[in-house]
Amino acid sequence: MSLTNKVTAEDILRISGVDASRCMQCGKCSGACPNYDEMDYHPHQFAAMVRKGKITELMESKALYQCLSCFACSQRCPRGVEPAKLIEAVRLSVIRQKGKNYMTADALPEKLDEKIPQQALVSAMRKYSK
Amino acid sequence: MQKIGVFVCWCGSNIAATVDVKAVAEALKDEAGVVFSTDYQYMCSENGQAMIRQAIKDYGLTGIVVCSCSPRMHEATFRKTAVSAGLNPYMVEIANIREQCSWIHKDMAEGTEKAIVLARAAVAKLHRNAPLTAGTSPVTKRALVIGGGIAGIQTALDVADAGFEVDIVEKSPTIGGRMAQLDKTFPTLDCSACILTPKMVEAAQHEKINIISYAELESLSGFVGNFTATIRKKARYIDEDKCSGCGVCTEKCPSRKGLDDFNMRLNKRGAVYIPFAQAIPNVAVIDADQCIHFRTGKCGLCQKNCSAGAIDFEQKDQLIERQYGAIVVATGFKPIDASQFNEYAYNDSPDVVTSLEFERIMNAAGPTKGQLVRPSDLEHPHEIVFIQCVGSRCSEDAEKGKPYCSKICCMYTAKHAMLVREKYPDVNVHVFYIDARTPGKNFDEFYRRAVEQYGVDYIKGMVGKVSVEGKKLHVQGSDLLNGEQVHINADMVVLATAIEPDPTARSLGTMLTASMDTNDFFTEAHPKLRPVESPTAGVFLSGVAQGPKDIPETVAQAGAAAAKVIGLLAKNELTCNACVAHANEAVCNGCSQCERVCPYGAITYEDREIRTPEFRGVRRIATVNEAVCQGCGACTVTCPSGAMDLKGFTNRQIMSEVDAICR
Amino acid sequence: MSVNKEWTPNIVAFCCNWCSYAGADLAGSGRMNYPANVKIIRIPCSCRLNPMFVLRAFQRGADGVILCGCHPGDCHYSTGNYYARRRMTVLFSLLDFMGIERGRTRVEWVSAAEGAKFAATMNDFVKTVTELGENKKLGDLRCKK
Repeated sequence: MSLTNKVTAEDILRISGVDASRCMQCGKCSGACPNYDEMDYHPHQFAAMVRKGKITELMESKALYQCLSCFACSQRCPRGVEPAKLIEAVRLSVIRQKGKNYMTADALPEKLDEKIPQQALVSAMRKYSK
Repeated sequence: MQKIGVFVCWCGSNIAATVDVKAVAEALKDEAGVVFSTDYQYMCSENGQAMIRQAIKDYGLTGIVVCSCSPRMHEATFRKTAVSAGLNPYMVEIANIREQCSWIHKDMAEGTEKAIVLARAAVAKLHRNAPLTAGTSPVTKRALVIGGGIAGIQTALDVADAGFEVDIVEKSPTIGGRMAQLDKTFPTLDCSACILTPKMVEAAQHEKINIISYAELESLSGFVGNFTATIRKKARYIDEDKCSGCGVCTEKCPSRKGLDDFNMRLNKRGAVYIPFAQAIPNVAVIDADQCIHFRTGKCGLCQKNCSAGAIDFEQKDQLIERQYGAIVVATGFKPIDASQFNEYAYNDSPDVVTSLEFERIMNAAGPTKGQLVRPSDLEHPHEIVFIQCVGSRCSEDAEKGKPYCSKICCMYTAKHAMLVREKYPDVNVHVFYIDARTPGKNFDEFYRRAVEQYGVDYIKGMVGKVSVEGKKLHVQGSDLLNGEQVHINADMVVLATAIEPDPTARSLGTMLTASMDTNDFFTEAHPKLRPVESPTAGVFLSGVAQGPKDIPETVAQAGAAAAKVIGLLAKNELTCNACVAHANEAVCNGCSQCERVCPYGAITYEDREIRTPEFRGVRRIATVNEAVCQGCGACTVTCPSGAMDLKGFTNRQIMSEVDAICR
Repeated sequence: MSVNKEWTPNIVAFCCNWCSYAGADLAGSGRMNYPANVKIIRIPCSCRLNPMFVLRAFQRGADGVILCGCHPGDCHYSTGNYYARRRMTVLFSLLDFMGIERGRTRVEWVSAAEGAKFAATMNDFVKTVTELGENKKLGDLRCKK
């Protein structure tokens, strides 16, 4: 996947509201992570790499989609860094890339399925049309 | 009108090279009130001082201005000169024409002009000066030490050895504090009780030390040298003088429901108990909440069996009022409540223990007689996981935990790991750590020994979760160096909990008007230069009450606090600062603003009868305790009515200086 | 004396006794130059500075007033400089309201070890005030000789 827009650490800070520089690299987040073995980058690495501005690597990582968004990492963090929000911010940055993962209203009818709750479609629309 | 003499110093060529001293002396002759003005090579020399003395006599000077180096250098010298000529020392002003003029300016005309302005400002200020007399206050030669742990004991011993009476007030039934609960001490691994109990005995037997155990400070008034303390000695229902500490009552007591605080509530004890074998005073105490006699009116077995007749169910709390010259705060610490960290399953399993609980488990006099067993089933553990920084180093805004490093945990965890491996080589020990902080004499060597010689498995990373799985504890944590998540099926988990000031510290701080930080540690008067004094005069700090520290640091600080106490008590009277605040009773309306900004609690209010043309009657007036006021002037600016002023730096004095400079 | 001379500002510096006055002394012993139009008034603590003194200085024709105190947290009286900081903030907004340029007043923390900082601060302050020119707004002509 090629990225059209450069995403900086400041962007991640703006989207997530999380200041990665508060992280003291204790690893409690990764210790708490229930899906650690599946992820190529781990919660504490998100904090460390965002701080170093290595956002591109994170945007191309598998981990974005392996994260369960269970928020165990955020809940355990002793310094209020909230890695889950960082991961979510990186994920959003990928979604917000122009020309990528875009969802238009026209594409909706063919995705309609009686089993999908309406709410899921609305939220998908919200998330993927930015 | 003042008769002022001006003395301009050359300071060799230090001043004279860039300031035309003769021109300065000449220019000052025209100033109002100046009756004599001269210059001399070295004013601070004996000849120079003689010249000043002579001029004071010859011209009947009421004040002198010395244009010379910084007042920080020679103000004291010239004040002495003035005193020897019969002048009040506060009728001396210094114009700093060296550091703040001749040394920084190269142009003679410029330097001279500035020197004249500075001298004029000093003359202008001197016009408003009034003779000041520093008050004195007597010193009560007795010290109060609050807290009977190692910090309090050491301070008391040092002060008592210097010949002063010391009272130790300890809130629990025995002195000894946290150190008495420890098994071994790092980095030497000597037995804690073996080095502490002789000190406890020494304190108890010292003729100058009076131990008031099971007592707390109820109220305090007064100021440095003159504190009056009321101490509440709680009823222990035992006559301390009669009890021999034989322990028969503790054996006969049928109640077995009380939890043993000394053993970190790991085992049960009777309602009448002696905290531990070497307790001082070695006297029993009755826990009224557990005692069957107090609950039902029956039983009384202890009373029947006490051959000394020491049991006294009628005993009441006793109030002791005493005078002290100095107060030492040595209230120590407690580990934080581990139950708030539920991710470590502290509430779910008795096999998850705190370090202090583990200390008791390892201790030969502890609940397991020193056998390392799991509290749940008393079986020997094979895998032990230590977790460091539990509640330490959390962010300021975190819901739980403390923002500071507790300082001692790295070392005691290394000690625990080492002791376990030494006694039970079959036990695997894992330590999860963030950073191993070992700055201290022989500390890092000790920690390395744990890793290299004792094979303790140090894992850099934190534990995210501990869950109870059958008889085992499943520990899930991260190993940051190897980039993996580790899973350990442990038999025991030991939490290195953060330490926090004793809960009594906050109310004590309010009572003493001693300032505290946001974590309830007492603040020192200066973080570098006055580390054992509180900003409140006469209150000194010893031990962890001031901040986390280990035993040698505590003992060192206790000795330092003692030295400061001795220095204070050795004086018969204290000379107060003469430049203190003073409220003009004609203007003060008792609004209490000044009291709020005073960092020393020097301001109180009294109802005073006022007779002015505008007002006759009783009014609430601010009163400054001159023994306590340090003369910062915060109150003077806060005062909305302008009643408060600072002697030596009055509003009119400073305004005159401003006017002279801006002329 | 100031006739036929280029105009230079008159500056009053209030220095706390424990840090900044000692810092000024250190600048002196280090022979660090700063303009002669800075005159220092010693006060026990920055919290002794009554905002009235600042107004009085301006009224009497000072062109700039600077307050130097211990660094926050280092106050000899533990909290004095915090009071000073708050009071000056209020005063500065008042001066703003009165139309006195912001550059004429300043609060600076100078420790007893910062002689160089003291000199640099004074050089910079004098430069700023010189650029602003003479203080005419608050100067009271009746106070001029």
